[in-house]
Amino acid sequence: MDFTFNEEQTLIQGQVEQFIQRDYDWESRQSLILTDSGYSLDNWNTFAELGWLGISLSDDSGGFGGSSIDTMILMEEFGKGLVLEPFLETVVMCAELIDKSGTLEQKKDVLTGVVEGKTQLALAYAEPQSRFNLADVMTEAKLESDNFILNGFKSVVMNGPNANKFIISARTSGDQRDESGISLFLVDAEVSGLSSRDYQTVDNRRASELTLESVVIPRSCLIGELDEGFTVLDAAIDRSILAISAEAVGAMEVLYKTTVEYTKTREQFGTPIGKFQVLQHRMVDMFMEYEQCKSLLYMATMKHDEDSADAKKAISGLKYQVGNASKFIGQQSVQLHGGMGVTDELNVGHYFKRLTTIGTIFGNSDYHLKKYTSL
Amino acid sequence: MNLSFSKEDLDFKQEVVDFLDANYPGDIKERQDKRLPLDKEQNIRWQKILSKKGWFAVNWPSEYSGSPELSLTQKYILQNVLAEYNTPVLLPFGVGMCAPVIFSFGTDKQKKQHLPAILNSDVWWCQGYSEPGSGSDLASLKTKADKEGDSYIVNGCKTWTTLAQHADWIFCLVRTETTPIKQEGISFLLIDMKTAGIEVKPIITVDGSHEVNMVFFDNVKVPCENIVGEVGQGWNIAKFLLMHERSGIAGISSLKRELSRLRELSASTIVNEGTLLDEPAFRAKIEQTEIELTATEFTELRTLSSMSSGGSPGAEASILKIKGTELQQKLSELFVEMLGYYAHPFFAENELGSNDSIGPEYAGSIMPHYLNYRKVSIYGGSNEIQRNVISKAILGL
Repeated sequence: MDFTFNEEQTLIQGQVEQFIQRDYDWESRQSLILTDSGYSLDNWNTFAELGWLGISLSDDSGGFGGSSIDTMILMEEFGKGLVLEPFLETVVMCAELIDKSGTLEQKKDVLTGVVEGKTQLALAYAEPQSRFNLADVMTEAKLESDNFILNGFKSVVMNGPNANKFIISARTSGDQRDESGISLFLVDAEVSGLSSRDYQTVDNRRASELTLESVVIPRSCLIGELDEGFTVLDAAIDRSILAISAEAVGAMEVLYKTTVEYTKTREQFGTPIGKFQVLQHRMVDMFMEYEQCKSLLYMATMKHDEDSADAKKAISGLKYQVGNASKFIGQQSVQLHGGMGVTDELNVGHYFKRLTTIGTIFGNSDYHLKKYTSL
Repeated sequence: MNLSFSKEDLDFKQEVVDFLDANYPGDIKERQDKRLPLDKEQNIRWQKILSKKGWFAVNWPSEYSGSPELSLTQKYILQNVLAEYNTPVLLPFGVGMCAPVIFSFGTDKQKKQHLPAILNSDVWWCQGYSEPGSGSDLASLKTKADKEGDSYIVNGCKTWTTLAQHADWIFCLVRTETTPIKQEGISFLLIDMKTAGIEVKPIITVDGSHEVNMVFFDNVKVPCENIVGEVGQGWNIAKFLLMHERSGIAGISSLKRELSRLRELSASTIVNEGTLLDEPAFRAKIEQTEIELTATEFTELRTLSSMSSGGSPGAEASILKIKGTELQQKLSELFVEMLGYYAHPFFAENELGSNDSIGPEYAGSIMPHYLNYRKVSIYGGSNEIQRNVISKAILGL
């Protein structure tokens, strides 16, 4: 057992930390949410130059062969800065999936661009009726001679507006909620028949509703085996849960610390409100929830990395806890900031909003408690 | 970062298993498995067995324990296997509390006199901290030690003294001086319980057991050489002690065993067509508790890991006290819920274990345990005090 980062990991952590502190100040961040893409291409290029975009991809794909621990380190720091750049969507959700299950051609076609910072990706897995069930897929793909014809609808596709390519789950056989019979397709954003309604989400990120009307793609766009897409998708979501949980832990740390500092300076009744025991104990509870999440994050990430038999259970346990703690720490940070906590001006509300969406993304606490129980 | 066990670790685990298979006494095992209290002789016998193997004073430096120090991973393995075998919880007062104070602050003479006897469980220690007027505000304690020649004359009263009825010695915080800052007049004093003027009176708790006592001191004469550390340094020693005993503070390994026992028993508790474990509301509580337990286990491992790589333990251990005791109470509560009506028949401590149990054979000790465990969030610095500690030491409030 070893709970320490190795030299390389410590180095990466320092690098991201420095980037957040030096290049990701709050004003710059806030100006990014007003842009069309909602992130900075300059920052994205920096990520590419520093090697972050390929950190978790295999050497064959032009990456650096890192582990989910490296991704965790990056995402935790991103969480602290409330980084808008779609690293989770492009690298963790999609590029890693292609790296693990794509054909040589797909890897060459897509991953080089990702590592160089030229390609944005989005994973379209959810549908209006599916809620958190990855197997509930109504979008259909029919094989006709050497092409697949796709019809259906995908909802709240994160990073959709920026994506050059989508990975889309579609049913190629079986019933609506069967795990078998789902296939994954790599679809160009410009393909005819694919239309998108783009919008902002409450955390100021970008998403799309995708409509597929007789979208024709060549057979070579199939990722992995026909009908066997579920396990590939499920594994990608597991990795994404670890990553987004790391982001949450980073955001929680900033929120509880910001709240502590605020209560040291805000005076009421002639004394800093941080002197009031009822608030002190609340903040201790926030701190403890953060620490407990971090413990589960480390545990689940290491289990995933070691391919442990109970890794999936650990991941669901983590997401359950992250959902609860995100809500508690987010809500209490607003509460302890009083009226200032509900203003758009202060960063607290923005962290709160991101933690709120994280609580739901990839399944909320109720969903994961049920899943934990079943595993 | 990794969670894997090396070949040496796995060999060590096998060694622990083999040792317990060969050396865990049947009579103690039987009482443990039936959740019956052990008598003094059984407690001591078990500690001696572990001590002979070098697995008793695992947190002592080897120059005092005489055994090689175990690694963090080995301690983790040892604790877990001991808990899986449901071996008795070790009494902390000598080995975990008094001894670290003596080997950190004591004179050579004190070390020679007390450490081997603690290591061999020949002397039973109890802790004299709380007083009737001094609970969470421990520094307000009034038990006085007045110097007269080569001795201190001790007068006052200690309370909540666990198992003082068996104790040979007591370590006390006493007031050796009246100072404007109340913390500065406190000293750490070792007292032989056979000294004239000491009286132990039982306090019976809500579970009907005699675990704690009041200890009265009436002109008790104690040699000055029994002060540990400097006169007036007692408060610092008390704080050191609060920080020192980290390993196992949350009782994680026992909690894991208890949780799996709860799971098994509720899976054999019939409810309608199914079992209690199939009831979604009850099941959810079990799973939530398990997730919280896993989180606490890894918080403990992270804390121990940062300590073993030179970090300071700090107030992080207060999290473990809070989370561990919350879990202990939660589990004791779920056991009671599981029993339904059969939690209600009550037997006094000395009647437990008779063959005519009412309801399931394990039922008798469940409610007393629940009642008794209200103590865990109160003792050792109440959970509110622990939050004050975190607030001050970590959050800087």
